[in-house]
Amino acid sequence: MSEFALKTALPQYLRTEQERIEKFAAAAGLDFFPTVFEILTYDQMNEIAAYGGFPNRYPHWRWGMDYEQLSKSYEYGLSKIYEMVINNNPSYAYLLEGNSLTDQKLVMAHVYGHVDFFKNNFCFRSTDLDTGGRTANPAVRPEGYDPNRRWIDKMANHGSRVRRHVARHGITKVEEFIDHCLSLENLIDPHAAFSGKSAPPPDEEDGDQEEEVPRLRSKDYMESFINPVEYLEEQKQKRIAAKERAKKTPEKRQRDVLGFLLEFAPLERWERDVLEVIREEALYFVPQMQTKIMNEGWATYWHSKLMTEKILDASEIIDYADNAAGVLATSGGRLNPYKLGVELYRNVEERWDKGQFGKEWEDCDDLDEKKNWNTRLGLGKKKLFEVRALYNDVTFIDEFLTPEFCRDQKLFSFGWSNRNDRYEIESREFKAVKEKMLFQLTNAGNPFIYVDDSNHDNRGELLLRHDHQGLELRADYAKEVLKSLARVWKRPVIIQTIADGKEVYLRFDGREHSSKTVAKA
Amino acid sequence: MSLKIDQDHSRFRNIVRGKIRDNLKRYISQGELVGRKGKDLVSIPIPQIDIPRFRYGDKQQGGAGQGEGDPGDPMGGGEEGDQAGDGKKAGKDAGDHTLEVDVTLEELATILGEELSLPDIQNKGKSKIIDAKDRYTGIRRVGPESLRHFRRTYREALKRQISMGAYSPEKPVIVPIPDDKRYRSWKTEAEPVANAVIIYMMDVSGSMGDEQKEIVRIESFWLDTWLQRQYKGLESRFIIHDAAAREVDRDTFFHTKESGGTMISSAYKLCAQMIDDHYPPEEWNIYPFHFSDGDNWSMDDTLACMDILKQKVLPRVNMFAYGQVESPYGSGQFVKDLREHLGKDERVVTSEIRDRDAIMQSIKDFLGKGK
Repeated sequence: MSEFALKTALPQYLRTEQERIEKFAAAAGLDFFPTVFEILTYDQMNEIAAYGGFPNRYPHWRWGMDYEQLSKSYEYGLSKIYEMVINNNPSYAYLLEGNSLTDQKLVMAHVYGHVDFFKNNFCFRSTDLDTGGRTANPAVRPEGYDPNRRWIDKMANHGSRVRRHVARHGITKVEEFIDHCLSLENLIDPHAAFSGKSAPPPDEEDGDQEEEVPRLRSKDYMESFINPVEYLEEQKQKRIAAKERAKKTPEKRQRDVLGFLLEFAPLERWERDVLEVIREEALYFVPQMQTKIMNEGWATYWHSKLMTEKILDASEIIDYADNAAGVLATSGGRLNPYKLGVELYRNVEERWDKGQFGKEWEDCDDLDEKKNWNTRLGLGKKKLFEVRALYNDVTFIDEFLTPEFCRDQKLFSFGWSNRNDRYEIESREFKAVKEKMLFQLTNAGNPFIYVDDSNHDNRGELLLRHDHQGLELRADYAKEVLKSLARVWKRPVIIQTIADGKEVYLRFDGREHSSKTVAKA
Repeated sequence: MSLKIDQDHSRFRNIVRGKIRDNLKRYISQGELVGRKGKDLVSIPIPQIDIPRFRYGDKQQGGAGQGEGDPGDPMGGGEEGDQAGDGKKAGKDAGDHTLEVDVTLEELATILGEELSLPDIQNKGKSKIIDAKDRYTGIRRVGPESLRHFRRTYREALKRQISMGAYSPEKPVIVPIPDDKRYRSWKTEAEPVANAVIIYMMDVSGSMGDEQKEIVRIESFWLDTWLQRQYKGLESRFIIHDAAAREVDRDTFFHTKESGGTMISSAYKLCAQMIDDHYPPEEWNIYPFHFSDGDNWSMDDTLACMDILKQKVLPRVNMFAYGQVESPYGSGQFVKDLREHLGKDERVVTSEIRDRDAIMQSIKDFLGKGK
């Protein structure tokens, strides 16, 4: 650990604090990767933040855009970045030069929470670069777990790969292609890293052999009841359909659109390389999106615990409280992941300390009794550590959000009101709130899109299918994405979705868009 | 210090400026430029390029939130809805991107100047008007108590006590008497002032719709802001015209809707008259701005316009600006005529404003020459 600590340019007084805080964190049960702190000026901070936390990325204008936004909002005094920490082994964390010592301590304590989360939450196992760890059961951590997560190096390598293509093909050409890839960036399977290689195709079998649908044995006079003709016919059709499907690529619909394109699209070598970079990086960021609430909540839980119980001295408490209030503030009714996360963890801790769970508690409908329920179980801490390892935001909310919590935290659901032309609060009902929340979190609020067929209508056209969940795609964007898709697939592309209430094929053939209503089968 | 990101940043800036990667231009969201909130508050939009992805339409989704309020109350606590910006359309997607910043109009003008790299205006008026300005420069023995100079007064008292031997360093007590009192005094200095007048003219005939007027409103706000910064005594006059022209106040100017034909010459006549009566060109910097959708009654009238401009307006003004707002009804002919007849005169600046996004470019057209 100290080996890494020595490599940084961290001033001595901060290093002393780091050692102190690290001891407190470890003593509290946190289990983290070695953590390296760097101190940065605000423009370095903005730069690294614009690069998504990494000091080296491939060249692209959108980092510049993020940089401009960050530095402008810093200059106008609207916001500043306190901390940043990268899921890497060892983990790197950045401190902003000129922050008060209290703030720096808070950030350090916060960072150890994050790094513990990176190391222990199962979602992040997908970012292990040594393949053994990835396909193994992500919930079980091997003894002495020390995975290869040298993403800083990997991202830098991506950068030099892309730069090499730029040198050969020119920045405009490469950047244009990157833009197209970014349009498709969210079409990945978040679980791709765990699924491993797809199963080998089943052995060729003799097709004729099973032409007949197997029947149940029956007496003659019972035959038409036990094996009705319609049923047999239906089964036969199913078999034929299944055989047809087997000829199709992909055999089953595939969620990993980028992976599919990588495998089957007729790309030039450099294009394939760029697409691969984009896909890998997109997958890297998936766990952070899946655990935003949990991750920030966990770090906040620990910085507040460590700060108030161990680290702070009396003179710093006001500064700390001031800062903490800012971090946990909710404004404009938006959910603040820090606030929601930490409150939910505390709620879980309290419930498991007092035994407020299980059938008996659920069945109790005396509010007073519920409120004073305390079996002195004392399992809170244990439960917390279990939760941080085995849940993601969706399952966390699904399992631990209670009507009481929902009421105490003043949660509500909102929606757009066409009549008043504004967002309005819709409901404070537990069910409605939870539903909206889960919807918002599922697939990070992205629609589910699958590759359905790569030879649609036997014309080599790529058919995607939008698994419609009640919301329609934004039409103008969908058209643009189809363009990017056609650029990669180099043949017409189609998405089957619902637009204005009707099921349609939206098609782009390289020159123009068209739309066709899906014929009802 | 140079950063790695500088290259990416300058590429982004160039995309926004439209120098490279034209195909990205349509994804740039500018939000709305002006939103005079409260007194001097304005939101600064930060250009963003949104990479299109498969995603849900904005308004249908909704979500979960936290805070006070009953079902049916607007989100965000405030009346306007935090992210909704100007209430209506701006909220669509500018909401995520627009940073709300409090700036003064002065700062705003500076930002505008930097963004568009506008040159400072060369003063043309002869500055005959003299403004008197008081400066506190000296000290005197009489004056109002409010101007009493504390330190000087005590210094006098100290001097007096020392010379009288009434001061002892061991017991440093200084008591001023009325004679010791000193007061600040001022001098009146003469300061030449550059004066400017903007004469806004707008076509309010039937073909100018609300959207067209809104564009004129936004544009004139920025012109006002910029010229305000350049000239201390800026006056604005407003003329509306259809077949006849009349002078109105600011509010009427932006909210009148007339119908009927268009005689642009009527406005120019009134403008020339106004200059004659009130604004001798030796003392004033004069800026006539005319906005219309480019429809004029007849060619004869157009020729009359050119005549008035040549004879009576152009010789006296810093520049004559004509902004043509695109409207579904207008023919857009006038700008062509203007360019044909007066295109060579460098005092004439024309600009075509297609939609709100074109406002910035048009301001640059108008003010880019530093006149």
